[in-house]
Amino acid sequence: MRLLALIRKEFIQIIRDPRTLALTFAMPVIQLFLLGYAATNDVRNIALAVFDQDRSPASRELLDAYRAADYFRIDFDVDSEIEIRQLIDSGAARAGMVIPPDYSEQIAAGHTARVAFVIDGSDPTLAGTALSAATLIGQAQSTDIAVERLSRQGQLAAMDPAIEVRTQVWYNPDLVSAYYMIPALIGMILQFLTTILTSTAIVRERERGTIEQLIITPIRSWELMIGKLAPYVIVAFIDTIEILIAGILIFGVPINGSLPLLLLLSGLFLVSTLGIGLLISTISNTQQEAMLTSIFTMLPSIFLSGFFFPLAAMPQFLQWISYAIPLRYFLIVVRGIVLKGVGASALLPEIIALSVFAFIVMGVAAKRFHKRLD
Amino acid sequence: MSEYIIELDKLTKKFGDFTAVNEVSFSVRPGEIIGYLGPNGSGKTTTMRMLLGLLRPTFGSARVLGFDIERDSEQIRPLVGYMSQKFALYEDLTVLENMQFYAGVYGLGDSASRERINTVLELIGLTEHSRAMASDMSGGWRQRLALGIALVHQPRLLFLDEPTSGVDPSARREFWDLIYTLAEQGTTIFVSTHYMDEAEHCGRVGIMFRGRLMAMDTPDALKQTYLPGKAWDIDADDLLPALEALEQTPGITQAGLLGDRLHAITDGDAHDAASLQAALVERGVADAQVAEADPTLEDVFVALAGHGAAQE
Repeated sequence: MRLLALIRKEFIQIIRDPRTLALTFAMPVIQLFLLGYAATNDVRNIALAVFDQDRSPASRELLDAYRAADYFRIDFDVDSEIEIRQLIDSGAARAGMVIPPDYSEQIAAGHTARVAFVIDGSDPTLAGTALSAATLIGQAQSTDIAVERLSRQGQLAAMDPAIEVRTQVWYNPDLVSAYYMIPALIGMILQFLTTILTSTAIVRERERGTIEQLIITPIRSWELMIGKLAPYVIVAFIDTIEILIAGILIFGVPINGSLPLLLLLSGLFLVSTLGIGLLISTISNTQQEAMLTSIFTMLPSIFLSGFFFPLAAMPQFLQWISYAIPLRYFLIVVRGIVLKGVGASALLPEIIALSVFAFIVMGVAAKRFHKRLD
Repeated sequence: MSEYIIELDKLTKKFGDFTAVNEVSFSVRPGEIIGYLGPNGSGKTTTMRMLLGLLRPTFGSARVLGFDIERDSEQIRPLVGYMSQKFALYEDLTVLENMQFYAGVYGLGDSASRERINTVLELIGLTEHSRAMASDMSGGWRQRLALGIALVHQPRLLFLDEPTSGVDPSARREFWDLIYTLAEQGTTIFVSTHYMDEAEHCGRVGIMFRGRLMAMDTPDALKQTYLPGKAWDIDADDLLPALEALEQTPGITQAGLLGDRLHAITDGDAHDAASLQAALVERGVADAQVAEADPTLEDVFVALAGHGAAQE
């Protein structure tokens, strides 16, 4: 009865604040939309400036090879190396290629033609892709020419390559970043929303002085806690489903695993994030303070959870810190279920870690959340 | 259970080096209206919060309705009502929703709560306005709703923390009528205020000054005990020179402005109207008119505060 009265009141208050309500349901989709497109490592269409001093059929063939792979887009056809430098300096071009005047002569003579490739290294992700793409395309072109030379000499009876590495990408064969990022966004958005909403909902009572009136009623601490959290659990679940649907419809993310399992484990993750929100509410005096603390907890969560950067690439001590971040485990869970379609048994370590975290955080929050003012 | 509904024994609360409540002891019988008078920061709210189990005493003890405030605060809570200084209303709920929420939190069943809410709305005069949003209401209405919330579970003891601060005078008068109605129905009332005139309405008044309870008694007894002399109203054309003259007159213990005249307390039988008038004329205030006045609780407070400050 007491609990129902509290939950009912919280819902009335949520509905009476249409701006926050709209934000609560619109924010996930807007964030998904922005981050789904923005948080991508897929490098395509790198602007390339070309200084072709040869202008022969052979050099055009080389350029066609670069054009054919969609890594590069030949935006500038220039007449000096200085122009290439200027274009890269201004950021208009990210790479430049210089074909020497004797390119076709050298090839025809059976010598090695030297082509210069300059890459703007200020963005390492882009530069890395450009570097490997430029090398690969060059090598492929080189092989073609070598094969042609051999066949002209009549030596090409049956030449098979010595080694053939057949690569196969599982789970996300086209390596679409969105498939990797969108499940992770569920985790990030859930944590952000629930932490901020719960922490401010409780601090609001303190700020307005209603907490005093509430404490002196016979309501129990646990009823107060559950009553405060329950409405936001429901809001968070609606958001989860919303993000999943938007992910499928906008980005075509395939859900390979079990949806009920995903929702169940999202619930487990929510217990942790709600607990963090509750904990923040016990140490904050104003809504602003609670909001800032929530945002502060968000940043390490994003960077040390494997959201953007792979954990394996981080220094050892940061990897240790990441073990204390629940989002780390949830990202493995959500990516595992959505992309790999794995079941609970494959996620057992993460499920255990999340349970332990939820238990500790809720325990500490409940201990701090007592019915007194001092 | 003892004959007292509230019993304090050297109740003390310290915040760091600051002693907010300093060894306060008193007892309250069922059915009394107790006024707790003192300026802001004298420890009134802190005392109340300790009695409600919101703050832990630093030392000393207290019992409310026979329960220890530290150990049994959960037993006390369903039996007492509390109206905090801030009028703890949910601004985004209506009058009715606020009442329904607290009725629910106090564990009243649906039909019991409907009946009780109607009774309380009637009492506080908000039946017609039950659908009004709390945020849209005037100070007087909010005050009455806050009282209604404190009453929804029919408490035997009501704590009111400066219930009339920030409310206009006519609403204050109506509010005190409500308090008398409740007291007649058998509710014990413990009300803090910094309005001296309001304290006159109370059965007994405790006077707080810098964390200490200076005195507690009926308003009349307080005046007799702490103001052994007489009170005077003095009117003159030029009040400030007249005040200076008063302060130089022997036998005057307190003198000050009170509205458009001067108010003074004399020591014992040091003066009658004629001698006071003569003393003023002697000091150059020719047109002074002296009349004997009723001493007020403010006089008592000023006298006690003077004592308290001198002791420190």
